[in-house]
Amino acid sequence: MTHPLVVTLDRKSAPRTIFAGDRLVEVDLPPGTRVIYPRPPLTALKDVDAAIRYAINHPYGTDPLHARLKPGMKVVIAIDDISLPLPPMRRPDVRERVLTVVLEMLADHGVEDVEMIIATSVHRRMTGSEIRHIVGDRIFDAYYPDRLYNHDAEDPHGMKEVGVTDHGETVELNRKAVEADLVIYVNLNLVPMDGGHKSVTVGLCGYKSLRAHHNPRVMRDCHSYMDPKASALATSVERMGRLVNKHLNVFTIETTINNRMFDTPLEFLAKNEDDLSPAERAGLKALTFTLSKVPQPARQAIFNRVPSPYGVTGVFAGETEAVHQHTLAKCFEQYAVPIKGQADILVSGIPYISPYNVHSFLNPLLVQVMAQGYLFNSYRGKPLVKKGGTMIITHPCTDQFDKAHHASYIEFVHNLLPETRDAMELHKRYEAKFAANPAYVQMYRTGHAYHPAHPFFMWYWGEAGRQHLGRVIVVGADNEYIPKLLGWETARTMTDAIDMAKETAPSSPEITLMHYAPIVMADVT
Amino acid sequence: MTASYFDVDGTLVRTNLVHPTVFYLLNQRTPLHSLGRLARAAIQGPRMALAEMRDRRVFNELLFSVYQDMSQDRLHILADEAFDKVIKPALFPEARDLVKKCRDQGHDVVLISGALDFLMKLLADHLGATHVIANRLEIKDGLATGRLLRPVVAGPEKARLIREHARANGHDLDHCFAYSDSYSDVPMLSVVGHPAAVNPDLRLERLAHTYGWPVLSLEAKGARGPLRIGPWRLS
Repeated sequence: MTHPLVVTLDRKSAPRTIFAGDRLVEVDLPPGTRVIYPRPPLTALKDVDAAIRYAINHPYGTDPLHARLKPGMKVVIAIDDISLPLPPMRRPDVRERVLTVVLEMLADHGVEDVEMIIATSVHRRMTGSEIRHIVGDRIFDAYYPDRLYNHDAEDPHGMKEVGVTDHGETVELNRKAVEADLVIYVNLNLVPMDGGHKSVTVGLCGYKSLRAHHNPRVMRDCHSYMDPKASALATSVERMGRLVNKHLNVFTIETTINNRMFDTPLEFLAKNEDDLSPAERAGLKALTFTLSKVPQPARQAIFNRVPSPYGVTGVFAGETEAVHQHTLAKCFEQYAVPIKGQADILVSGIPYISPYNVHSFLNPLLVQVMAQGYLFNSYRGKPLVKKGGTMIITHPCTDQFDKAHHASYIEFVHNLLPETRDAMELHKRYEAKFAANPAYVQMYRTGHAYHPAHPFFMWYWGEAGRQHLGRVIVVGADNEYIPKLLGWETARTMTDAIDMAKETAPSSPEITLMHYAPIVMADVT
Repeated sequence: MTASYFDVDGTLVRTNLVHPTVFYLLNQRTPLHSLGRLARAAIQGPRMALAEMRDRRVFNELLFSVYQDMSQDRLHILADEAFDKVIKPALFPEARDLVKKCRDQGHDVVLISGALDFLMKLLADHLGATHVIANRLEIKDGLATGRLLRPVVAGPEKARLIREHARANGHDLDHCFAYSDSYSDVPMLSVVGHPAAVNPDLRLERLAHTYGWPVLSLEAKGARGPLRIGPWRLS
């Protein structure tokens, strides 16, 4: 018997409505298509503040936080950046609630030397208002900008080497954290690839450390990114993290949230189209129509202006690995849907947002990250699509980039991809020089741009998917050349795309639609 | 090997050509001499403003004509002080780091500026730049004539000088970088493979966005202080 969240379409089924960037499109899929829906939101904790206090007073694998505090000690608190969660969380963000409790406790124990670092790694610097959104007015006004600031991986005096693992991976971290008496990490764990050792080891590192695992060789060896046990990336980060925890005194606080991405009146987006009430069906039609008519900035505003009403489902604290086991269990409980058998053709709508375009446009390189990176990797066990199978996505693939956030992406897409799409070649020939481009590095340091190594990482992010998939077909692209640069084919309609995919699939192919968003992961057996 | 070409005024420092010139005018033999020179410069003001809008080269020539009859000794003796009091405090906080980053990449760092060569050499030494292409005053009998030696470093001429410098030093322009704040430097930015707009004016920013050139700021992640010439606060 199939899981209730796996629906098989028949001739009477309503068309499915899926994302195509910041628009919604209705698609007709053949009878027999499996549609996988996200799990409904887990029940949220009733008293989050009590859960936070309980977690830090009853930690896993270590003494309670209060027992590790001494008057006069130097404490660094590192915090996850705006890339988590997606979309941003309605205020108060759970990080604000954790920080409020932790800062009170530090003050009560005479700890005054406290600095807070947004653990951006090579992501863009967060703006003041974004930081305010995460930490709340009171903390922001008291600490920003002198004692609450963004990590800067290119500050010539701001990084310090911790050591080298037995696999030759160099661990270099933010100097303030390395020299602190205690590092407290406040995480918001959206998906299973977040958190754990990745928090400190990646969040506070720079290019020198990232290149140990953000490279095509390691990425090809991930099966999948969302399953830490089967991810070479997670294994490398774990090795480096263990070295970090030998040298640094780290106290980890992780939080998990549920799948309540859409508030009323958009809740119907997460539901089976056949189960919608007449009012919801009318709402869906109206939203689809509106999005098809209004200009892009208005579409972006419709989705971006409304923070998500996530509920907090867990707070865990203590020793990094012990904590993370509980976090992972909660994540899988929320997202994983058991699926029997792989598909020949996987269909997926690409939503308007990724971890790397909060408050900006999902440019073509990020569309690739979403398709061949995140969505392809949303599995545990076997990939949802068979080796050599076809992935069909819906997205306009508009040749548009945010000039402030993604300046280096433009050169990557338009100058390097025409030379080669081979990740190994890009890595060997171009990465190091590009990553040191002084102009782009400066934009990362004083502007709000991603580090110039980031577009390479984004290309590698799609590497496991590229190696596995036979074809990617885009439905609804507004141009031909961007899909071609990415190595993809195009089709005008979903029906055309399915027909094209069938040409290279077995007869009576298994077609599966992953119905994002909210987040869903396939537990494939 | 590659090179990074930096415009200076507005790009690496907040001052422009006028600030050091005013410093020199204010530091003449006597206050009366200073007043006389300032008055003559003020009379030229409207012509300079017009030239600035139409042709940067003509502007430079008009501006540097106020140095006429200043002795070479005075120019050089005051240079250190002009650098310390006018240019150095106006350096953008991140300028030195950017130049260092370029040097770390093995780039030749070339300052290309309409400012005077002896001041630019001091700046180059301070920043660790390797070459200077700047305007030179014509000197006769130990006195400035008020004219500039050819070529006058301004506008499209900067592009030609960069090409010439790259050829002479074996740099492939496709791999070279150029940085400027001003739309008047579009020719110089256009000859290299990696142009960047730094603290750009509106027209350059628009152009940079159109062509996908990086737009960067050399301001520190904080506020800027007032601009001074000696004891005078300008902004």
